[in-house]
Amino acid sequence: MNECSVLIGGKAGDGINVAGQIIARIFTSLGYYVYMYYDYPSLIRGGHNFSMIRACTHPVGAYRSEIDILLAMDPTTLRRHQTKCKPDALIIYNSDTVQSDTGSGVPLKTIVEQNKGLAIMENTAMIGALASALGMEWDAIASIITHEMRKSTEKNLDIARAAFQLQAEKKELRRIGESPGILISGNEAVSLGLLSAGLNGYIAYPMSPSSGILHFLAASSHETGIQVFHPESEIAVITIAEGMAYAGAKAAVGTSGGGFCLMTEALSMAGMAEIPLTVILAQRSGPSTGTPTYTAQSDLHFAIHAGHGDFPRFVFAPGDSQQAFEWAGHALSLSWQFQVPSILMTDKTLAEGLYTVPPEFLQAHPPDSVLVTEVREEYRRYQDTDDGISPYASPPLSGAVIKGNSKSHDERGMSVDEAAPISAMTLKQMKKIRFMEEAVSQLNPVHISGNADSDVCLISWGSNAPLCREAAQTLGIKSIQPIVIHPFPEQEMHAAVKDSAMTFLLEDNYSGQLADICEAHGISINIRLPRFDGRPCTIDQLIENLRGAY
Amino acid sequence: MTQQLITDAQNTWCPGCGNFAIQHAIKDVILRLESEGIPREMIVLVAGIGCHAKMADYLNINSLYTLHGRAVSFATGICMTNPDLHVICCLGDGDTYAEGIAHLLFAAKRNVNMTVLVHNNRVYGLTGGQVTPTSPTGYHGKSNPYESTEISFNPLSLLLSAGCSFVARGYTQRQKELTELIYAGIKHSGFSCIDILQICATFMNKTKEYDEQTYIPDDHDPEDFDAACRLVREYPYTTSGKIALGVVYREKREVFHVGTPYKQQEYSNTELFVRRFIDGRR
Repeated sequence: MNECSVLIGGKAGDGINVAGQIIARIFTSLGYYVYMYYDYPSLIRGGHNFSMIRACTHPVGAYRSEIDILLAMDPTTLRRHQTKCKPDALIIYNSDTVQSDTGSGVPLKTIVEQNKGLAIMENTAMIGALASALGMEWDAIASIITHEMRKSTEKNLDIARAAFQLQAEKKELRRIGESPGILISGNEAVSLGLLSAGLNGYIAYPMSPSSGILHFLAASSHETGIQVFHPESEIAVITIAEGMAYAGAKAAVGTSGGGFCLMTEALSMAGMAEIPLTVILAQRSGPSTGTPTYTAQSDLHFAIHAGHGDFPRFVFAPGDSQQAFEWAGHALSLSWQFQVPSILMTDKTLAEGLYTVPPEFLQAHPPDSVLVTEVREEYRRYQDTDDGISPYASPPLSGAVIKGNSKSHDERGMSVDEAAPISAMTLKQMKKIRFMEEAVSQLNPVHISGNADSDVCLISWGSNAPLCREAAQTLGIKSIQPIVIHPFPEQEMHAAVKDSAMTFLLEDNYSGQLADICEAHGISINIRLPRFDGRPCTIDQLIENLRGAY
Repeated sequence: MTQQLITDAQNTWCPGCGNFAIQHAIKDVILRLESEGIPREMIVLVAGIGCHAKMADYLNINSLYTLHGRAVSFATGICMTNPDLHVICCLGDGDTYAEGIAHLLFAAKRNVNMTVLVHNNRVYGLTGGQVTPTSPTGYHGKSNPYESTEISFNPLSLLLSAGCSFVARGYTQRQKELTELIYAGIKHSGFSCIDILQICATFMNKTKEYDEQTYIPDDHDPEDFDAACRLVREYPYTTSGKIALGVVYREKREVFHVGTPYKQQEYSNTELFVRRFIDGRR
């Protein structure tokens, strides 16, 4: 095998996510790039959870339709996923609870009981069996278990060793080199990117799939020193964050579609009052409550248009953990540079997916100070300037009166009703747009890969980008990913599709929201590939769809 | 420019509006704070939306003119970020007892260090005299011409239940006492809320009623929670009953804080954390 897809499944509460992460770690230790997709319904105990872990010799962010190794912790896993096994697949099942005619039975429950372990340690036994099947040396897997399981390490090692010794059937994956990078989820990458850009505070109300950021930043707040707070509602979230920004702190908020709906009035205020703010919008399937733990990309139009009135904003859509780290930092810094809201869109696939990223690609962009600290002439919060960016001061500033205002206002921040100052302030605010476009065009807003000379283009955004990159590479076509969605990188997109004879656009929504935006900017989309079942497309399905279409 | 406390904005409150009394009370308190060595730039006024909120345009101090009902929440962010600032919220009764009630009660529960002045004229003035949560039963505005069976909120009772550590009531026709209350609220460490019975000259002129019914109790112990609860029950915001003015309740309680305010944060700490995290994953 030069690549390997593993599915581990069990009940919620069985620790399937953590088990998946350790399996991912095994693969990176063997020198492979890894992507992990974690599938779970919205419940706490029971149900059926599974992790799909795919190891490749190239960077990866998509899973396959078929499985090389199926790890069945319970009968449901075998029943639901056996049909996806390749003919030569290896099945390892918990012989204490699962009946099977094929594969290797390992008595996980018995092993754990013999070692007086906790039920959740059946995972450890399964991992021991997998390591043996992959042909790993005991020392290598023992070192990973020691690193990943800081609690009850010895017991876990005993349990893993028992299963390691029992597992006889092999499905070997050779070690190809050093680990190509670290494993990091989209939510972790967003958190680290924000921190690297000088985040001072993160305010959020729990909502899947964004909650991972809140949990990560809250848990690390005693080390980072930043302020992390979970208030009474999403309306409180965004208004607290804007109060923080008025007082000079770089604040970000995180939510999913439903929470973002509640934030829109205050988002509009950030537009009018020119309050810098970064919103992490981790999409899930909608409309309404939708399917809380499944993916979608159906909030693109909403993000671009959210909030009443006209005001400039940034909308960015990174596609994997590396881009999420980088663009979370850009989102925070650019929102302060231009005093506009920035929205960083992720989705369930990216937010909770695990990607291998070479650590040298995770470079911090330390923050520049943009605050006025001294008053030379009369301070005017909304002073008109060549680029529309007014001096930003936070109280206290001796000799200055700092008036932020959600109403139409003059340069001092005093409310106005008259025609001339209303239009003057709108013109001042809108003046920024040209400079915002110039700023993002310096940051490679459109990512191109695959065969750059091909006249077949496959456009995608967000978490579909790594999938489409791989498909384009396989098929010898061009993959185009706009990371900046708004202001739309029109010049770069036109350049990317210039010689295109056939253009596809894959996105996880029914109507083709990016396709509509492209067409509004004069870029024809020949075939839209919509998907709206809450699951990311597999690389095999996508390649099959494309092969038949051009 | 900063010498004058009143801006050059044209004042558009109705003649006889209770807001003038509140404006002058705030002005006097700011002057008093300045005389005690608290510079004006350390004060931030946060306003909601409504007649009361024009205070942000009329007072020449730092201000954030926010959204209907949300001022307390914006103010919470300011307090978290810079605990040294003196944050005063001017709110309306429709503004904070209706649209923004959750933020008010949560700020009270948390004991966020701010002073909230509720311009309680018991009617929506700016939008044309509609019914608010503290309009008396039987009040008909343009939005409820036929039905009016709802009882009024007793905001002081609500605030006491929410854990508000400083609860007071003022009246716009008793300006000297009102000024003292606002000053005491600002000096209180934690969340202070002053419900100010305010005359709406156009839609709800209760001058006669308030003049007759208000009184300052001479034997009330504001540190006695049960006594405070009894005192606020005397007046359920109907049309009758004795209306006690002054500090109803106060207690010392830990002030809300979260993590390290940004000026004390070190970028090197976040940077180090990121590097440590990445190295830990290798």
